[in-house]
Amino acid sequence: MRRRDFLKHTASAAVLPSIIDGFSVKAFAASPMLAALQGAATDTDHVLVMIQLTGGNDGLNMVIPLDIYDKYRAARTNIAIQQGQVLPLANNIKTGLHPAMTGIQQLYDDGKACIIQSVGYPSPDYSHFRAMDIWLTGSNSNQVLNTGWGGRYLNYEYPNFPEGFPNAEAPDPLAIQIGSIISPTFQGPNANMAVAITSATDFYDLLDNPQQDPVPNTHWGDELKYIRLIAKQSDKYADSIKLAASKVTRQGAYPDNRLAAQLKIVARLIAGGLKTRMYMVSYGFFDTHASQAQAGDTSKGYHAELLGDVSSAIKAFMDDLTELKASRRVVGMTFSEFGRRIKSNSSMGTDHGAAAPMIVFGDYVLQGVLGNSPNIPDASSVADNIPMQYDFRSVYASILEQWFCVKEADLKQILFEDYQRLPIVSGLACGVITGTDDINQNAGKNYITNYPNPFVDKTYLKYKTRGGHTMIQIFDTTGRLILVPVNKIHTAGEYTITFDGERLPTGVYYARFQNGTVQQVRTMLKVR
Amino acid sequence: MDRRQFLTLSPARRKTVKASYGRTLSGIDAYTGPWGTAQQVHLLKRALFGASPADLAWIKGLTLDQAVDALLTPLAAANYPQPPVNNYGDDATGIAPGATWVNSTPYTDNDDLDRARRSSYKAWWLGVMLNQTRSIHEKMVLFWHNHFVTETQTVTDLRYVYKYNTTLRQHALGNFNALTKAITLDPAMLIYLNGYLNSKEAADENYARELHELFTVGKGPDSHYTEEDVRATARVLTGWRVDPNTLTSYFDATQHDFSNKEFSDFYGKKRVSGQTGPNGGMLELNDLIDNIIFKQPEVSKFIVRKLYRYFIYYKIDDAVEENVITPLAEIFRAANFDILPVLSALFRSEHFYDPLNMSCLIKSPIEFCVGLCREYSVEFPPASDYSMAYDKWDFVRQYAASMLQDIGDPPLVAGWDAYYQQPQGHELWINTDTFPKRNRFSDALVSGQGGAMGLTIDVLAFADQLSDPANPVTLVNDSLDLLYRIDVSANLRSWLKNNILLSGQNPDSDYYWTDAWTTYKSNPGDANARAVVETRLRSLYRYIMNLSEYQLS
Repeated sequence: MRRRDFLKHTASAAVLPSIIDGFSVKAFAASPMLAALQGAATDTDHVLVMIQLTGGNDGLNMVIPLDIYDKYRAARTNIAIQQGQVLPLANNIKTGLHPAMTGIQQLYDDGKACIIQSVGYPSPDYSHFRAMDIWLTGSNSNQVLNTGWGGRYLNYEYPNFPEGFPNAEAPDPLAIQIGSIISPTFQGPNANMAVAITSATDFYDLLDNPQQDPVPNTHWGDELKYIRLIAKQSDKYADSIKLAASKVTRQGAYPDNRLAAQLKIVARLIAGGLKTRMYMVSYGFFDTHASQAQAGDTSKGYHAELLGDVSSAIKAFMDDLTELKASRRVVGMTFSEFGRRIKSNSSMGTDHGAAAPMIVFGDYVLQGVLGNSPNIPDASSVADNIPMQYDFRSVYASILEQWFCVKEADLKQILFEDYQRLPIVSGLACGVITGTDDINQNAGKNYITNYPNPFVDKTYLKYKTRGGHTMIQIFDTTGRLILVPVNKIHTAGEYTITFDGERLPTGVYYARFQNGTVQQVRTMLKVR
Repeated sequence: MDRRQFLTLSPARRKTVKASYGRTLSGIDAYTGPWGTAQQVHLLKRALFGASPADLAWIKGLTLDQAVDALLTPLAAANYPQPPVNNYGDDATGIAPGATWVNSTPYTDNDDLDRARRSSYKAWWLGVMLNQTRSIHEKMVLFWHNHFVTETQTVTDLRYVYKYNTTLRQHALGNFNALTKAITLDPAMLIYLNGYLNSKEAADENYARELHELFTVGKGPDSHYTEEDVRATARVLTGWRVDPNTLTSYFDATQHDFSNKEFSDFYGKKRVSGQTGPNGGMLELNDLIDNIIFKQPEVSKFIVRKLYRYFIYYKIDDAVEENVITPLAEIFRAANFDILPVLSALFRSEHFYDPLNMSCLIKSPIEFCVGLCREYSVEFPPASDYSMAYDKWDFVRQYAASMLQDIGDPPLVAGWDAYYQQPQGHELWINTDTFPKRNRFSDALVSGQGGAMGLTIDVLAFADQLSDPANPVTLVNDSLDLLYRIDVSANLRSWLKNNILLSGQNPDSDYYWTDAWTTYKSNPGDANARAVVETRLRSLYRYIMNLSEYQLS
């Protein structure tokens, strides 16, 4: 029933561009109507809610690898969650959640959440600031971008912004930042595409920043009051935001935390009919160098509180949206500037790390855990990081294509490179139903192996591609990208290449294989 | 219903309209209180277009008296700006690109050339303001432009307009009596208010009326000049003509009405005796200015009030009239209308440094745009690269024009209404159209995206001039001390630090900023290290400039 409604609903949204695509563009090139249609942004009412977990979330204690539990516990004995306390996931014996995340567990079990393992990027940066900028702009580790990935997407859809906005086609803000500072995510080539608001009903009823300084009864107080009034009146989106907010008079119960308060505003605006495509909220101080778990009971403590807040806020948000009949318009995702180190430190905390899991949720999110449990060495050292299985821009690319219906050929305009796409959102969302790999069915297959292993100087990498784009990346244990021995369009088959590690120090190396939606990481050991 | 009520219709606002203002009884006695950053930045912002870190460092080495003396030192004539040049290409009078057109041969009816030179002139003037020295001089040139208004659209031939601009500069800090005479005979003004058509057969009263109403005694409650005075004045001024070859005015005695001109009680029932001969016009003008109009004390009060509205605040209540305007007007008269003694007393007065008179001045569009560029030392091409330089100056100039202040073309002879229209005054600069433009201007310059003709605020260079940019608390405080005059709360300060400089990390982790800044400073060539601090500083300054507080100086 629900699915059929949805199909009917998306049909109108998806039909328009596909009809245009169906015609020969040449034949209609002179038609101003077609030109107008082509110039129009993709017609979709889909919304992406980005939840930034500030400070570097310890992903290994959020998504716990039950299939290698002993290795996990050995690496972080003082903070490891007891196996019996880990929340299981439906139809998945390899992976569980932190005991504070019952809300996410329920969303997963209801088929509305997806966990993507070990998301990162080659040669990770361990500075909060730099790593955050990399995530928000979508840059490479060694690259500085002045625009954000969200800003580039919105600029792709609305290239003239801000000239002539708002308008009939786009009457509402393109993106909304809850809070007062607009995220670099939304910086486009011409302008920042977002507006920042702190509360849905009164811009100055501030949620997370100080009240505006009060004005005294003086000359300057009088002038400041006047200017603030004009500032408020000249907010061109004030009316549409207030109108949307006013349409929602009752909302479900939310837990008492600051993330929940932000998501409550977002739910209200979405359900109130705002056409805004992207929302950004943030939470945390996830920078848990010390005392992240309680000594007696590792399921409690500071990190548990944070994860509990995130989980309960997201659950309340989705419940509220469902009640308001707006949940089908929404996909949400969590991200953090980095995960934390595999091995815990002696102050019951964890230091800055690399790859970490992301949680994507929504009615049309495909249930599943993408990727394997992280590679954890038998005896991990302090510097060891979780090797990436997926590039974070693969997640962006997948959401852009599968949720915002961006054409495959256009993704490169936004992300600058071709990134692997993962099965995250149901093909129904953009009215495109294509067979995607059920990558969990591929479990147990070896796409990439090496021999000898351990090796001294050279080792042979043997891989099996089904054709199309195929890539192999070699990382060290800190995540640094050593080499990309394969990166090309392949014909299907089995291939062998030589990896020469003679000049490398001894230790563990990871060979990451990527072919279509499939990826696999092979652990290789170099010895003396 | 006044305009503000009409605009807002907000009950909350209506209540405050009638609220009494904080009043100050301070007068023009010399200020002897603290001489710290607040007073120094206040003086800089009022006397110059904006205050840069270098300006602040400079004034910190001076006493109050030294600072006022320095700021009131006129620009030496030898250092006057080079005249505007041909940045537009084809010139019907044969002026080559890069050469100045101000002394070109005359031409007639060439709208294209007028337009091209108008744009050149306005861009040039904006550039002059951007390149001002640490002197109040250029701010006074703009003041007198708003007082003795001409419009390029009416004068049309920009050679006259440039000459007028120079006349203002020559007298800006000189003597008001001399300035009034010079402007009366200035070719641009003769054209603008029809003086060049004023003849004995049918006197043209246009200039004569404004001479009383707008330029000298004004239309205050104690100003009672009559229609007869206007007519008599027009007759005094008959016979002045403009020579398009020399760009000067001259007196044509054959067109002069040399009968006697009688003035009203308001001017002491005095008479200008008609003069014949080639000097008749000048003799009568001197008689009119020296012995009739400038004998009326309203002149001194009217000009002092106008200076007050320009430099202090647009509202003048009884206390200000009594404690500030009246004594300054006395100084003005005692100095035979020398301008500097008035400014000197004003900028040293208790009233000027009274906290109640600080940060209450809404920046005019020129103060906003030019001030912003000066505060951050936004880099412009050198004047030698005139093509690029003029384009960028004109970009700023047009932005200010779109915010309602089009230099060279005030809306009418009375000047910009923000300086005279009561009760709104300076608030007229800010409305729902102009306010977003101010934000867009600052956003464009601070974003680093090149959306402002390639003009950009170098946030790193700015921060580097502050006392301790590695310390995020100090960095925020120093920035606010300079960019705002309003003292903002500790709450807002720490919020800026935590949410922008620390990117929302734990408030106790100031060292993250310190590390980032130190890393950048020790590896200035490292693009990543640079981007980390640059992104956050851009965000910080963008936010600071978007708050309403930034509109006040």
